[in-house]
Amino acid sequence: MDEIIAILKELHPDVDYETNTSLVDDRIIDSFDIISIVAEIDDRLDVQIPAEEIIPENFNSAKALADLVARLEDED
Amino acid sequence: MQQKNVLEYIEKTVKEVPDKVAYESFDGETCSMTFRQVYDTARSVGSYLAVGGYYREPVIIFMKKTPRAIATFFGTVYGGCSYVPIDEEMPQMRIDLILGSMKPRLIICEESTRELAEKFDHDGSIVLFEDICNTEEDSGKLDLIRQKQIDTDPIYVVYTSGSTGIPKGIAACHRSVIDYIEHLSDVLGFDGETRFGNQSPFYFDACLKELYPTIKFGAYTAIVPKQLFMFPLKLVEFLNEKKVNTVCWVVSALTMISALGALKKEVPQLKLIAFGSEVFPIKQFNRWRAALPEARFINLYGPTEATGMSCYYEVDREFEEGDSIPVGRPFDNTDILLLDEDRLVSEGEVGEICIRGTALTLGYYNDPVRTAEVFVQNPLNTHYPELIYRTGDLAKYNERGELVFVSRKDYQIKHMGHRIELGEIEANVSKVDGIVLSCAVYNKQKDRIVLYYTGDIEEGRLKETAEEMLPRYMLPSMIKKLDAMPLTPNGKLDRKKLLEMTEA
Repeated sequence: MDEIIAILKELHPDVDYETNTSLVDDRIIDSFDIISIVAEIDDRLDVQIPAEEIIPENFNSAKALADLVARLEDED
Repeated sequence: MQQKNVLEYIEKTVKEVPDKVAYESFDGETCSMTFRQVYDTARSVGSYLAVGGYYREPVIIFMKKTPRAIATFFGTVYGGCSYVPIDEEMPQMRIDLILGSMKPRLIICEESTRELAEKFDHDGSIVLFEDICNTEEDSGKLDLIRQKQIDTDPIYVVYTSGSTGIPKGIAACHRSVIDYIEHLSDVLGFDGETRFGNQSPFYFDACLKELYPTIKFGAYTAIVPKQLFMFPLKLVEFLNEKKVNTVCWVVSALTMISALGALKKEVPQLKLIAFGSEVFPIKQFNRWRAALPEARFINLYGPTEATGMSCYYEVDREFEEGDSIPVGRPFDNTDILLLDEDRLVSEGEVGEICIRGTALTLGYYNDPVRTAEVFVQNPLNTHYPELIYRTGDLAKYNERGELVFVSRKDYQIKHMGHRIELGEIEANVSKVDGIVLSCAVYNKQKDRIVLYYTGDIEEGRLKETAEEMLPRYMLPSMIKKLDAMPLTPNGKLDRKKLLEMTEA
């Protein structure tokens, strides 16, 4: 979770990722960010997010993203 | 008789397929318009302008990306005016600069954009689309306007990045747009069965590729919701659901799909993929070709100053990593000169791409100085006036006789499909309190803009300020504070050194 927040903080330092649950719906992150997030998670956590998981529900909050990463790690 | 007005496209098509859906958008409420509705709405908007006394002047269109906005563009042309699309995603400062240089008398907005429009630094009127889209048609006035219209009258002004920080408004006329649409359609093979998926914002000339062929052929355009460009699989599903068979997109929109693995799950049913505005990484390009072996792939190249695209190359062989896809050759009726200053380069040498032909736009709106810098007399012709446009792009011919892009002459870059002057980023940043020196560099390998600065403002604070000033695509992906700027022996900012630092 900390690593996920660190990745997100680099993109938008001013957002409170502990509480925000509408990153996509409120257009805080955009397509540029999605590509960065997927690449950074691959680089730093060695988790590859498959295309079918790149959906708004998984990117709307830091927690959703962390849950996704945990789930993908378990599947490995 | 030869076509002289872009409106002839819709006038012919509305007779043939009045009830066919022309354009459709899906952001928020679905909005679709038939050719008949587009035509009627455009005539109403034109009548409103005519009755209101707006004539031969730019009209700002500040609307969401829907068929209504497109009908308003055509309506502006019916009124004998030119349309200037702006978008709520542009930062207010940029919009104010555009309004300041243009001083338009009228902004057309809609209920959903009205609140923002009222905050603009604008002395003219604001009118709602909802209030004018059913204006009773005044065919007498519209006919009079048409009689006086000639094919060198402007139809739109679109704004691009300018190195001084002031955007440049490029004005194009009927004749150059018709010339472009005819030749583009010939090469790409559009027809009534073509179903476009539009990606480009309406405030760039890239959207000409969909908007005009749609009314020329009675084709169809699905305006792809912007948010889908974040979610590759959903995007592909959308294209297939709408039976989109043709896309003309910036490379980054295509690589987003392939790089994130969506092609392995579902393949878009495309017959034609035209791309351009930046280099296509070959690894990603080959993924596309492998997924769609039957499709045609066409690389397009061209500056907004020469109306849409000027050159094309249809992929006819394999490319390996390290290769670059040529930009090919000019469209019929467009000529390319490769110049070194004022002379033609010899075979195989690098030269500046200079364009001549009907495709040239009218120049920069309200800006004779910057127009005269790049729309210049053809140095090879001293006998009569003949303009060429100097693109600032360097290219050469390969051994197959195809034009290949080499680099930019200046600090202009291509990032995410957008043309950006690094100087414009610096000009804006230097206005921020606490900034002493600033320098933006572009790391091509990583496709990243990095901003270095000295001064007493925090990085995070500067990033927030920059977000208010610059469009998203111009925002540096990294902002770094330095104790001192590296300088060259001549005392200039050492851009090379800074660029090396981005690689660390």
